[in-house]
Amino acid sequence: MTAAAIDRSVDSAAPYVRAHEAFARAAGGPEWLQDLRGAAIARFGEVGFPRTNDERWRFTSVERIANGRFAAPPAGIPAGARDAVGRVLVGEAQEGLVATCVNGRFAPELSSLADLPAGVVVTALGEAIRIHGDLVRRHLGATAEIEDNPFTALATAFLEDGVFVYVPKDVVLDLPIQVVFVATGGAQPVVSHARALYVIESNAQVSLVEHYVGAGDRPYWTNVVTEWSLGANAVVDAYRIQRERTDAFHTATTAMRQGRSSVLSTVNFVFGGALSRHDIRAVLDGEGAECTINGLSVLRGEQLVDHHTTIDHAKPHCNSWELFNGVYDEKARGVFTGRIIVRPGAQKTDSKQTSNSLLLSEDARSDSQPQLEIYADDVKCTHGATLGPIDDRSLFYLQSRGIDREGARNLLTYGFGAEILNSVSLEPLRARLDDLVHAQLEYRDHL
Amino acid sequence: MLEIRNLHATVEGKPILRGIDLTVKPGEVHSIMGPNGSGKSTLAQVLAGHPAYEVTDGSASLEGADLLDMDPEERARAGLFMAFQYPVEIKGITNAYFLRSAVNAIRKARGEPEYDTIDFLDVLDEKLKVIGWEDTFLNRSVNEGFSGGEKKRNEILQLAVLEPRVAILDETDSGLDIDALKLVAEAVNNLRSPERSMVLVTHYQRLLNYITPDYVHVLHAGKIVRSGGKELALELEAKGYDWLRQEAAVAG
Repeated sequence: MTAAAIDRSVDSAAPYVRAHEAFARAAGGPEWLQDLRGAAIARFGEVGFPRTNDERWRFTSVERIANGRFAAPPAGIPAGARDAVGRVLVGEAQEGLVATCVNGRFAPELSSLADLPAGVVVTALGEAIRIHGDLVRRHLGATAEIEDNPFTALATAFLEDGVFVYVPKDVVLDLPIQVVFVATGGAQPVVSHARALYVIESNAQVSLVEHYVGAGDRPYWTNVVTEWSLGANAVVDAYRIQRERTDAFHTATTAMRQGRSSVLSTVNFVFGGALSRHDIRAVLDGEGAECTINGLSVLRGEQLVDHHTTIDHAKPHCNSWELFNGVYDEKARGVFTGRIIVRPGAQKTDSKQTSNSLLLSEDARSDSQPQLEIYADDVKCTHGATLGPIDDRSLFYLQSRGIDREGARNLLTYGFGAEILNSVSLEPLRARLDDLVHAQLEYRDHL
Repeated sequence: MLEIRNLHATVEGKPILRGIDLTVKPGEVHSIMGPNGSGKSTLAQVLAGHPAYEVTDGSASLEGADLLDMDPEERARAGLFMAFQYPVEIKGITNAYFLRSAVNAIRKARGEPEYDTIDFLDVLDEKLKVIGWEDTFLNRSVNEGFSGGEKKRNEILQLAVLEPRVAILDETDSGLDIDALKLVAEAVNNLRSPERSMVLVTHYQRLLNYITPDYVHVLHAGKIVRSGGKELALELEAKGYDWLRQEAAVAG
């Protein structure tokens, strides 16, 4: 970076550094948390917003965020938040567990947490810091590293509340937990630094669905960090559905640490946001751990999605599978960077990474790059990417069976999404997502 | 049923078909044989309406309707079916969904009511019985991860479900082991009827041990150079295709 570039980045960071002083005084909390925030704001103040001459941000300019003058969100539950929650929840709310955050703050009045099985905790992160301090401290900020991403540093600097889920050893939750992050604008654009911490102990099993949704008619920015900690043999089935307003910004980090023989599967849907950047980091930190990270983005207009995945094979005999499909129309853009690290000694690693982009217009664009860093010799790592318009051979094949050209195009486009939809094992959710994919492809507004 | 007259076609300006004449009557099975590059697969593709080929002369009609004037989907709706030599993989779409989409597109075009999911399962059940197969293909994505033999069988399943008037099988036998070949042949035999005609495009005589054609035609350099009964296939098997080049050289 040139000196001038650093200055500009740090300049746009300065308002956040100033705002942090007042925030930190008011927020208080235990010393370890204040230290964590302090280190995070120091880091952010030092590096500022990322610029496109940083390799990790080459395809995604965050200038609009850096220059955006985002304020802290208003307190309370704004009108429209309840409707937004109702719109995204799958199934009858009272049948399952629902934890809602509005502008990053836990909202008990929009949550439904009756009948929690014994020992299971689903609560406000702020409360958990007070009541379960030692437990939270062990896991919070342990995997989402502030050095990795300036937005992670910023979110950590303003960490105050969010959602905390704890599933103790051997507990199997039958119903999925739905976590809703509602964002609302204010008189001026606002930023909410949302946070979630999910601690799943050994032999425990849980399904969890994260919804991101906007309420109101003002632009906003959601900056979220989610951390997962999985004990030995834990099994997690996670879904993330991003339906932000199309003028909203969404920056996110999901960091997952997996213990021995744990199995984590996550499917990431992106339909909304003007700019959506999601860094996903999985650390396979015990032998035999397995993770599947899939994604489907269906975008149009001038929407941009950027997925940055890092899978850290730290121990031997771990498997990782990644499949990211994107359908881009009009001037939409997709970016996928898949980094695989195989640490020395992580023998018998089996890793497969695939990214496919379907470009429905000549102005749509997609960039995909694998980054393999392999320091062990007995491993299997494959990657592949496809990119382009609808395949003529497939079109002719369908036409030759009686389906007209437009119908064939629609079927092939839907198939691109269905490949990912098929990896959703919760049936009511799969049906809902199927509707959303159809709505997106047919340009029906649902955000 | 199928009438082809003086059909000429080119690909990227290069002539491939140089005057094909062929008449296929209802219920007949014709086999078109010939060496590599003779134009066999081109004939199948041209009839199905593949956009890479340009018809430069001649005509082709199905039950009197001009095929060459139709888009590929209109040909399918008119009753033409081609089993692909290299079937295409369709991600994310199950065979059952694909087949229902195809059948409904054809029914809709004919003004018949479309099937819903439940009704269509019964239709599929019945068709599977006709060809004597189980429903193992139905919930898999179309041709994705299928073996070569499974892909060919899947083409025959489509043939069974779409019930065309004329079916063209483009080298459906190639790449099949003997067990798969027998399965395919048996299914095709079950699908023969006095109202349905078939054209088997093949390189080898082997398939004709199991499906007996009414007529055999030999294609060479884009023209049918000999036609005969099923014994012509045996003759070809014994003599190979070299004699064609010699005859062509003499004629030239």
